[in-house]
Amino acid sequence: MAEVTLRNISKSFGGTRALDDVSMTIPDGSFVVMLGPTGAGKTTTLRLVSGLDQPDSGEIFIGGRSMNGLTPAQRNVAMVFQQYSLYPHLTVRENLAFPLKSPLLRTSPAEIERKIREVSQVLQISHKLDNKATALSGGEMQRVSIGRALVRNPSIYLMDEPLSSLDAKLRADLRVELKRIQASSGATLLYVTHDQIEAMTMATHIGVFDTGRLVQFGSPREIYENPVSIYAASRLGQPRINVLPASLFAGAPQGAATIGLRPEQIIQGKGEDSIVMRVEHLGDQTRLHLSFKNHDLITVTDAHTRLRAGDIVKIEPFKPFYFGADRARIA
Amino acid sequence: MAQIKIKNVRKDFGSFNAVKSSSFTVEDGEFFMLLGPSGCGKTTTLRMMAGLELPTSGEIYIDGDEVGQKPASKRDIAFVFQMFALYPHMNVGKNMAYPLVSQGMPKAAVKKKVTEVAEILGITAILNKPVGGLSGGDRQRVALGRAIVRDPKAFLMDEPLGALDAEFREHMAEELRALHDRMHATTVYVTHDQLEAMQMGDKIVVMNHGVIEQFGVPQQIYDWPATKFVAKFIGSPAMNFLNFEGMIGIGATSVALNGVAFSIPASREGARGQLTLGVRPEHVRFSDTSNYRAKVIATEYLGTTQIVTLATPNGEIKARAPSGAIANVHETVGLEFDARTLTIFEGERDRALVSEANEGVLNRG
Repeated sequence: MAEVTLRNISKSFGGTRALDDVSMTIPDGSFVVMLGPTGAGKTTTLRLVSGLDQPDSGEIFIGGRSMNGLTPAQRNVAMVFQQYSLYPHLTVRENLAFPLKSPLLRTSPAEIERKIREVSQVLQISHKLDNKATALSGGEMQRVSIGRALVRNPSIYLMDEPLSSLDAKLRADLRVELKRIQASSGATLLYVTHDQIEAMTMATHIGVFDTGRLVQFGSPREIYENPVSIYAASRLGQPRINVLPASLFAGAPQGAATIGLRPEQIIQGKGEDSIVMRVEHLGDQTRLHLSFKNHDLITVTDAHTRLRAGDIVKIEPFKPFYFGADRARIA
Repeated sequence: MAQIKIKNVRKDFGSFNAVKSSSFTVEDGEFFMLLGPSGCGKTTTLRMMAGLELPTSGEIYIDGDEVGQKPASKRDIAFVFQMFALYPHMNVGKNMAYPLVSQGMPKAAVKKKVTEVAEILGITAILNKPVGGLSGGDRQRVALGRAIVRDPKAFLMDEPLGALDAEFREHMAEELRALHDRMHATTVYVTHDQLEAMQMGDKIVVMNHGVIEQFGVPQQIYDWPATKFVAKFIGSPAMNFLNFEGMIGIGATSVALNGVAFSIPASREGARGQLTLGVRPEHVRFSDTSNYRAKVIATEYLGTTQIVTLATPNGEIKARAPSGAIANVHETVGLEFDARTLTIFEGERDRALVSEANEGVLNRG
């Protein structure tokens, strides 16, 4: 596995700037998740690292070597896409073996068999090894295409929303599995998603993208607890962070335009009155939709709260975030 | 608005039984969710309420009138589909007015109604715009408006937010619910998303394989699932199942797992053989003094909380703990469960045993 470095990468498609001067280092053995909404530049970054596209300017290094002009094959990267692409006429076993049968690799048949067994067990597809790829469900096909990347020994795995087509249960299982595989094998992974749960639970580092720019890079905890802007703060956390005029509460520092309050940054039972507009029981927690001085906010309370719409709850900020007029964090 | 009552309704497509004998009541003004995986019969049930399918047997009452064999046009209800279709050659106002114009309503009355509904939906400013250039949200609002102008007895919605991306879906879900709180229109809403059901619904029916597994208010279904299916389907991560061989007498207040006793709500039923202890992730606690030991397999950071995967003598489980709680992978920890929240399931029928805690709320179709 290898460290991957992007240095001042820009890329436009037609008149649209997809990536704007992005620099990022993916440390060897890290699990880097690129997070952002559609159009933020995540997939473009992935395609540039893979060699499917070439940057307009800037340079990409894998293991210290410039990738300038190298094809995807020469870069030795393994890709998994959202849309699984298997060889339909081959069985699951043959699909998994295919990358290993490359004449360049000279893998022995025993070694191929061992790898297939190992990977198919991890991905819970051992019982389907002799099925034709077309006889699988969508979830199984996606597991095979992840498996086909895992049997190889590339310098980096590149994954583009590989779990988004799976059902909730399988997605949760594979989240844990992927993270375990990555941690135990020391693989380097660059992973695209717009699902914040995937980003928070799997990543060693998250890169937050906003319309072609990398706006923050750090551990999930750093980004959650120390966001650089309203945008970065809004990427993580459910319910989403409340952003209100800073003047609503006492104690705003000079230059603060807005105050950012995650549910745990709102103390209930102290401070000033808010009205409960709606109580949402989600099972493990209950969301309170509050109206405070004619501003809406959402916080979380005990699952079995007795609060009802129309009740009054006192609230007070606790170690809040403050943002300036340009939406950047100032305190 | 209206009450809708489903009584012993069954639907067969050829030899395939899509909906088994189902009964439930949607009360006047309720926001009612039909929840289940694909193929469970929820959309078929909704289509029978609408009159788009006719039941093979059973009755459907709208405000006391039996309408089971009546066509959709005779039921006075509005159906909102997943893929909202607008007339592309008409502007927003004309799209909304269309159902009224085709009923022959006088022009002035149509205009008044469209203006009023546009106000409710916050789309007054775009009434004269062509629908072609609208955002997804506005298209959805126009489609809703077209349903609302008719003043139907009820709204039936088939995954109206299914095609939207996560962020926008959450926003529209809140908007729909707020709209309901203003209009109090009886609404039946089909979804496969348990969070959406919990978030928006006054009541939920959970369906699986054409059978109603449970119905009730969201929190009660979450706390006291009637079947293992419901326990797994609602909540994320799902309820944990600790399987054990044993027996429970009537009035029993504890069960033994791997030699360690756990208190449970007093059982009203007896059972023996393959049993399952069901515990929600947030009711698993770490305890140095507990003799029930488990190995930490993985931790997943979620901001305020973390999900800890644990290998117990009775299988793998997940715990939801504060993100400050220390759980190191490969270490062994003691576990306790919040006794008041536990459910025992019978192995063979996957059914929850009745206890002092759940006896009041186990409603099955």
